[in-house]
Amino acid sequence: MAIDYSEKIPNNVDLASNKTLQRALEQWQPGFQQWWAEMGPEQSQTSDVYLRTAISVEAKGWAQFDYVKMPDYRWGIFLAPAEEGRKVNFGAHKGEAAWQEVPGEYRSTLRRIIVTQGDTEPASVEQQRHLGHTCPSLYDLRNLFQVNVEEGRHLWAMVYLLHAHFGRDGREEGEALLERRSGDADNPRILTAFNEKTPDWLSFFMFTFITDRDGKFQLAALAESGFDPLSRTCRFMLTEEAHHLFVGESGVARIIQRTCEVMVQHKTDDPVKLRSLGVIDLPTIQKYLNFHFSVTSDLYGAEISSNAASFYTNGLKGRYEETKITDDHSLEGSEYAYMDVVNDQVVSRHAQAVTLLNERLRDDWVSDVQAAIDRWNKVPAKLGVPFQFTLPHKGFNRKIGLFAGHHISPEGKLMSEVEWTHQHKNWMPTEADRLFVHSLMGRVVAPGKFASYIAPPARGINNQPVEFEYVRFN
Amino acid sequence: MNTTLVTYDTDPTRYAHWKITFEGAIATLILDIQEDKGIRPGYKLKLNSYDLGVDIELHDALQRIRFEHPEVKTVLLTSAKPRMFCSGANIYMLGLSSHGWKVNFCKFTNETRNGIEESSRSSGLKFLAAVNGACAGGGYEVALACDEIVMVDDRSTTVSLPEVPLLGVLPGTGGLTRLVDKRHVRRDLADVFSTTSEGVRAERAKEWRLIDDYAKPQQFAEMVAAHAEKLAALSDRPGGPGVALTPLKRQVEDNAYRYEMVEVELDRVARIATIVLKAPAAAQPTDVAGIMALGDQWAPLKFARELDDAILMLRTNDLEVGTWVFKSQGSIAAVRAMDETLVAQKDHWLVRETTNFLRRVLRRIDVSSRSIFTLVEPESCFAGTLLEVVLAADRSFMLDSAEDAAPRLALTAMNFGPLTMNNDLTRLQTRFCEEAAPLEAARAAIGGELDAARAAELGLVTFTPDELDWDDEIRIALEERASLSPDALTGMEANLRFAGRETMDTRVFGRLTAWQNWIFQRPNAVGERGALKVYGSGNKSQFNWERV
Repeated sequence: MAIDYSEKIPNNVDLASNKTLQRALEQWQPGFQQWWAEMGPEQSQTSDVYLRTAISVEAKGWAQFDYVKMPDYRWGIFLAPAEEGRKVNFGAHKGEAAWQEVPGEYRSTLRRIIVTQGDTEPASVEQQRHLGHTCPSLYDLRNLFQVNVEEGRHLWAMVYLLHAHFGRDGREEGEALLERRSGDADNPRILTAFNEKTPDWLSFFMFTFITDRDGKFQLAALAESGFDPLSRTCRFMLTEEAHHLFVGESGVARIIQRTCEVMVQHKTDDPVKLRSLGVIDLPTIQKYLNFHFSVTSDLYGAEISSNAASFYTNGLKGRYEETKITDDHSLEGSEYAYMDVVNDQVVSRHAQAVTLLNERLRDDWVSDVQAAIDRWNKVPAKLGVPFQFTLPHKGFNRKIGLFAGHHISPEGKLMSEVEWTHQHKNWMPTEADRLFVHSLMGRVVAPGKFASYIAPPARGINNQPVEFEYVRFN
Repeated sequence: MNTTLVTYDTDPTRYAHWKITFEGAIATLILDIQEDKGIRPGYKLKLNSYDLGVDIELHDALQRIRFEHPEVKTVLLTSAKPRMFCSGANIYMLGLSSHGWKVNFCKFTNETRNGIEESSRSSGLKFLAAVNGACAGGGYEVALACDEIVMVDDRSTTVSLPEVPLLGVLPGTGGLTRLVDKRHVRRDLADVFSTTSEGVRAERAKEWRLIDDYAKPQQFAEMVAAHAEKLAALSDRPGGPGVALTPLKRQVEDNAYRYEMVEVELDRVARIATIVLKAPAAAQPTDVAGIMALGDQWAPLKFARELDDAILMLRTNDLEVGTWVFKSQGSIAAVRAMDETLVAQKDHWLVRETTNFLRRVLRRIDVSSRSIFTLVEPESCFAGTLLEVVLAADRSFMLDSAEDAAPRLALTAMNFGPLTMNNDLTRLQTRFCEEAAPLEAARAAIGGELDAARAAELGLVTFTPDELDWDDEIRIALEERASLSPDALTGMEANLRFAGRETMDTRVFGRLTAWQNWIFQRPNAVGERGALKVYGSGNKSQFNWERV
């Protein structure tokens, strides 16, 4: 299959003259198209969607808006521009020129890192593929599709690295990325959180708000990598990831706003009454937050990690904003705090900082989530509703790390199994909560119309009005 | 360049420690070590004790007997020193040496001793140790490598393996293995013998099978002569003129060793040696007269000598060069023609010696503690004998190409018998764990030329990247290899290379050597108060008594 490389696959990696890459992509692209047809958004193939496409990395080029049929979306390959003289900025190789080729020594480690990151991209598309049937508006449907095609592009970005730098092994891993399926017991996606269902739009917004934010922090840590192509790829992906976070944060904020408006209008905070009025009561939203926060927290892995330490020491994965941190970037002899459970108590301890890099990245993410929660809290405050969202304790509902096997309340209290069984339904969505949320999921596709549980956005996409026809069904 | 480059070049006019005499079918190798001529400073080679330099001469002498003296049927090993045959490896030398030096030294001496037995089996060259004085440790081990051991019974001369009781190490050049495996000394008696530092005198030595015969000093020479004649009668060596082994034309550069059919280039930063093997450039004779006329310039012999020397140079001088990458260059047809002659003329003594030599050289590769990769590229000639290097490799890469110049492999009869490994199996048998189907498939492919797909299908190569992938795959594989622990690699490779059966040789290189090398690292041998360190100082060794 011949491909007009510059037109069909926008890129800044000189694809037109790279025969190795062309051959790899020619083999891979039909598989990707088939995967998209099978596992991409349902019943979306013929619609015209008002999408942005990256056609270059310049300010004007990375966000070109137009109607596109998603199967024809031009998934491109973009790396942030090369930085002249970039160095390895941390670890044992600090000060050496950044690697333009994979160092053989780190081949399998880097491949694993890239595959693990790459696997999350198609996974989230698969998790979200049914949501189009229940979209709360054309505006939201378009945002869903934008997120989906960009997750697809991020898959391309990771596959590009595998194809360009990992030879036959890389091509095989590229194939495997198309073969795994979210939630398939026999052939699951690599990370647990990416095998969970995204059954409704509140979950979708929570996912893009919280779990895509994990993606942001992972990409940011990899953007510090001494392996320059990985760094440059991740830096460009971060610009797109920001939009996904916006979709999630503003989506939940609009749901909160709608609930608060109804609470004020009807002067009630009774969940039963509010539910009957077609909005999601705030405690239920808090439960969703608790659930997504704790599940995503596990994605960072165990607090103490020798893998994370060796990634750092070997210059493969840095800390968040590594180059802005003012220390020696070696972490030799420095310590970091973490929480542990000792003798029925949650205690703070210290250990070698280099072994606690998962925890540190998780902490950076928690601060970022907290800042966004603070922005949410302005919504009820502004409308005079006395309700504040709070993040649960780090140990709440954890399955990985030092808290796994313990029961911690959202306030951080260590509980017995009995207490937990008795109480956890107050903190995480119950089957009844999920059924209720699901019951609100009707499909709203008239331009400018919104489902009962969500407020319209303050403004539209790319300066278009809110009632713009963001998706045209053909 | 290494400032103290060790070479294996010598000839009888330069021997410091051996004398060699020829009398009819008997060659006599007389050990007469000059104590001031150690290969390295810092120790005296007293009591006919040896170091690497002594063994380099022995190795050279054996090669000359093999090639320059086809009339020799029995080699007699004895000593010129009164009442002292040989006291083994010099202990002070061992105490001063780095671990790496000791290991390389032991490996080379083991190869030489195995070569003695190999020549007895395959070349009709028989060996007799005439133990005319004290014979201890490595001295007795070299005697053990001979077909027969006779000793003088003067009421004081003993044979002994005093390593354990005296030095806290093992008789590591085959001693323990040959006692039981070769001479069938009963294991409990071997235990007594190996822990008795003063050793065993003639009568009991014979009773325990430690020797074959003994005689009083007055009758000793007569008995030795009788045994030598008896052994000679078992030999089929034909006599007649030999071929002189002329000095190798080796060019040493800072980062290269260059010969005519072998070129070694060293990348000391990447710690890689690239070894290019070249096919015969000119047409080679197919008849015996033509081969004899060429002598040591006959391609297979020249190739074996050069490759042997290159391996020894690399092993001794370039310890950090942990990966050997073999390539080849030239005409497959020329290598095939060479193999055809080796097979067709196999009954001629020189051809037989040459094949035996090729077998020993390839076995050196098998036991080298280096990662071995082969790259099969365009214009390469990995056929038959040269293909053995591909089969010896830990991994091999063959370029898969649709171009006319795509590389090919070729199997010949040499891959199916003459060039066995230390386990007495061919590399193909070892590779396929003696399974019939893949071996038959390979045998059926003799005569054809195999492209990458076919070579991979037959299981002859590991990976077959194409032109687009080649450079990156090779670079990454080599970088990755070079980053792994050299110790773990040595252990892993040694384990994986010798699947299947054990032989005495594999046990020497496996069990005996591995234990010896472990002991060489332990404080009980080499610590401040370790047995090897305090030997001769008057101090008593202090052991950590924990059994590990």
